[in-house]
Amino acid sequence: MKKMQYERPVIQRLNTGIMNKFGTRTEYAPVTHIDGNSVKELIGKYGSPLFVISEKTIRNTYREANRAFNTRYPKVQFAWSYKTNYLSAVCNVFHQEGSWAEVVSGFEYEKAIRNGVPGNKIIFNGPDKTEAELRTAIENGSPIHIDHLDELYLIKELSGEMKKRPRVAIRVNMDTGIYPMWDRFGFNYENGQAWDAINKIMLSNTMDLIGLHCHIGTFMLAPSAYGVAAAKLCDLAMGIKKKYNKNIQYLDLGGGFASKNTLKGSYLQGADASPGFDQFAEAISTAVLNAGFTEDELPLLILETGRAMVDEAGYLLGTVVSNKRLSDGRRATIMDFGVNILFTSFWYDHKISPAQEFSQYTEDAVLYGPLCMNIDVVREHVTLPPMKRDDHVVVHTVGAYNMTQWMQFIALRPAIVMIDLDDKVHQIRKRETVDSIVNEELMPGYLKTFKL
Amino acid sequence: MKIKRNIALSDSGFVFNPSTGDSFSTNPIGIEIIKLLKEGKNEDEVKKHLIKTYMTDEVTLEKDYYDFVNMLLKLQLAEGDESEAKN
Repeated sequence: MKKMQYERPVIQRLNTGIMNKFGTRTEYAPVTHIDGNSVKELIGKYGSPLFVISEKTIRNTYREANRAFNTRYPKVQFAWSYKTNYLSAVCNVFHQEGSWAEVVSGFEYEKAIRNGVPGNKIIFNGPDKTEAELRTAIENGSPIHIDHLDELYLIKELSGEMKKRPRVAIRVNMDTGIYPMWDRFGFNYENGQAWDAINKIMLSNTMDLIGLHCHIGTFMLAPSAYGVAAAKLCDLAMGIKKKYNKNIQYLDLGGGFASKNTLKGSYLQGADASPGFDQFAEAISTAVLNAGFTEDELPLLILETGRAMVDEAGYLLGTVVSNKRLSDGRRATIMDFGVNILFTSFWYDHKISPAQEFSQYTEDAVLYGPLCMNIDVVREHVTLPPMKRDDHVVVHTVGAYNMTQWMQFIALRPAIVMIDLDDKVHQIRKRETVDSIVNEELMPGYLKTFKL
Repeated sequence: MKIKRNIALSDSGFVFNPSTGDSFSTNPIGIEIIKLLKEGKNEDEVKKHLIKTYMTDEVTLEKDYYDFVNMLLKLQLAEGDESEAKN
């Protein structure tokens, strides 16, 4: 007699009266392949856990965003937000699509230069730019977005010394009706700081004020806030035109568009709650087009959206380490990936799918990572089929921030592969080894030996 | 360990405890285990049957069986000395 497929026995209490209108969400539909490549084979070849990036999804998402803005506004430029994912292969996909680079540190600036981005197409943001970094940016003609007065005075000094006119913009913070208001970056619109900075730049006559920049928040679910931000930047631009007879070349609305991830505590799933590019584009374009610019004077619209552009292109493949029962009877499943490499699990309920077929029976479980730390919780509550040791899972929508904010903590960081448009797999980052860490350490001679 | 006598089990895996009003859902192998225990089979007989029927090994079955019967006790579907189930 042929034996039957084994599945762990499960029993679950049926609760009534606590479901939301969508019913309970289960993730038993298996995801066995990503862009034509078997999850099992990918793990077999590159190890587990493994980050996988779909080039196809990046390009499709970029084109969707580009279409949303270009069909509404005549002059649009995207700049790839390096901090969201600065793997060079990922950056270069965006650069091939036409994105400039948007960087927030000297390290990121150097990375963009090494990737081959021309200096005048690297937007230099952020509160901490060293004198040496500013010199390089001025030399290269990069747009420098000034964050505070100390930076403004330093650039003024450098311009005199270098006999160059730096190309600058100011970062403006403002009340757009959302909370929290990001007033720690840049100059405030409402209390006149922004105008004060503009006046200082214009009257110094040592630098070219080419743009105005804002970045109102992150994971923004209200497109209307961008409409308010765009209107306030336009007001400043019109004021500059009136007072100094100078046209501002560009308005940079920053990033912050929400991806399709589900925020913890959200009633709706991210796919239903997050606005699409069209809604953001409509709010921004309408505000700029209605601001009163003549056709010739319409500023270039720059967008630095990162998260919404790359999140869905990233997957994390992982493996079950063990199953156990908690003292209150809850199922706990330990995975081989945790908050060390899936940093975003602190604020998202990531969608997690099994990577092999199961029956339709499911269990409520807590998903833990492998770290010997109590904070290492990947999902506090998830409904999954009865998985066993060595079964694989696919975590969805992990392309933004995880591969930059990950920590080398307790465990080594995994390899990353990219699947190209022909479904061919390319390794774009090696798995770390002990050498990757130890080679950066130095041992004082007197500590080299010991007796136990 | 015994399944409580008044526990009702349907072929589709619906389990009902009339004394508490609680209902549960279990998968086919869970149905099989509850049925065998209800028939009065002992632990060894149940495990032997499962090894014969399913593509699994003794270690995996051992682990999963104890987890399952402990859940039956916790959910008050079975009675008996808890230590018996753990031994």
